Amino acid sequence: MIAFLAFLLILGAGFDSLFIGGLGGSVPIGSLLALGVGSIGAVASYFTGDKAVLLSSHAQPIADVAATADEAEKLKLRQLDNVVDEMAIAAGIPRPPVYIVPDPDPNAFATGRGPGHASIAVTRGLLDALDRDELQGVVAHEMSHIRNLDTRVMTIVAALVGAVALISDWARRGMWWGGGRRRDDEEGGGGVAGLVFFVIWIVAIILAPLIAQILAMMVSRRREYLADASGAELTRNPLGLAHALEKIESAVEPTRAINQGSAHLCIADPLGRSMNAAGESGWSTLFASHPPMAARIKALEQMAYQFGGGH
Amino acid sequence: MMLILLVIVLALVAWAVASYNRLVSLRNQVQNGWRQIDVQLKRRHDLIPNLVNAVRGSMDFERDTLTAVMEARARAVGATGPADAAQKEGQLTQAVGRLLAVAENYPTLKSNDNVRALQEELAATENKVSFARQFYNDITTQFNTAQQVFPTALFANMFGFKPAELFEITDTHDRDVPVVDLSRH
Repeated sequence: MIAFLAFLLILGAGFDSLFIGGLGGSVPIGSLLALGVGSIGAVASYFTGDKAVLLSSHAQPIADVAATADEAEKLKLRQLDNVVDEMAIAAGIPRPPVYIVPDPDPNAFATGRGPGHASIAVTRGLLDALDRDELQGVVAHEMSHIRNLDTRVMTIVAALVGAVALISDWARRGMWWGGGRRRDDEEGGGGVAGLVFFVIWIVAIILAPLIAQILAMMVSRRREYLADASGAELTRNPLGLAHALEKIESAVEPTRAINQGSAHLCIADPLGRSMNAAGESGWSTLFASHPPMAARIKALEQMAYQFGGGH
Repeated sequence: MMLILLVIVLALVAWAVASYNRLVSLRNQVQNGWRQIDVQLKRRHDLIPNLVNAVRGSMDFERDTLTAVMEARARAVGATGPADAAQKEGQLTQAVGRLLAVAENYPTLKSNDNVRALQEELAATENKVSFARQFYNDITTQFNTAQQVFPTALFANMFGFKPAELFEITDTHDRDVPVVDLSRH
């Protein structure tokens, strides 16, 4: 996150000195402006995003699903309902409403601003594939996303990504429309150091959207590990989640109902196995919203060992 | 010089206010945690007679197991305070666990939808009790530690903060070392 801010400030500083000149003095006008504009969309999605995500994934409230279910399915839904209750108690937060996403691929996500304003959704496939302990592990992971305020974190990250994209866009347009003339003025005073900075800045501007995406995904992966760990702390049974991840991993299909934009709140990347596989080349892991499945399972098994063998 | 002194005093006051508020918020969470346990325990007390009635017909000759559950329940309902409740609820958990284990031997019970639903409810309630206890103990430990660490300890007592009681299992059965049988593997 700090790296992110620093990156934005460097971009902004170059932008200021080139296009605004001495006007701002030490105030990072470019960065602030970009951050302001970039925040609008992110903040809007912060307050209304949960409804949009639930709507776009065709999620149905669990009570509606249970009304038309047969006996065996009712028991399963009741189990999910109970597991969510249990985890809300363990986390000490208000119980979020539960939704079912009609998709055969096992996946789950949490959405909303934080405790008291959040929802949890699981796919039909997850409900069918997992047993009680595994379901508990997955719900604990999602409950941790809510308790750790990950929507808030990812909203800030989205605002930063937006700001970086904007500033790089402005800079490129600016260079077309006569940024060159100003650049000549600057170089007279800046000397070699100014030139070096300028070259670095140009490269940074061109790569900016890419770098921003990589940084955002780094934050996302860190939050995933954190949610796994805090989830295990809630259930005191890391193996439940580890087994669930193994089952989710073995389902090759992508989760079509879930939009890629909400990937960071899912238990596993909705793109499916291609993005979760271990031993991928460096490029795809850089852009992955989730850490490799094998690494997550290994970390959980390590925790089970520390807890004294789980059960 | 005066300015420096003023800044130091203000910083101290701000710190004291922050510590006090933290203690108050923790104390409220502890009380809320206890109420949560209470809610779940009551729920369990209400569920158990239903389960006993549902299995009674098929398990008539296991009368001892059933009466043990009902007696443990009666004792647990009458418990007072965290420590007493923890012990009696622990015994009730064991009695119910035995009943569920015995019920596994009756295929008619296992396939009965009503009994299966009750079993899920009871398992969930057991979990809720234990997760509520886990949360209560975690938050109580935090609360007690916050009172005891220096320098908060200096004024925690002054404002009437007292360490809260943990919900601990005091029954000797629960403390027994489990017997590990490796021959089955």
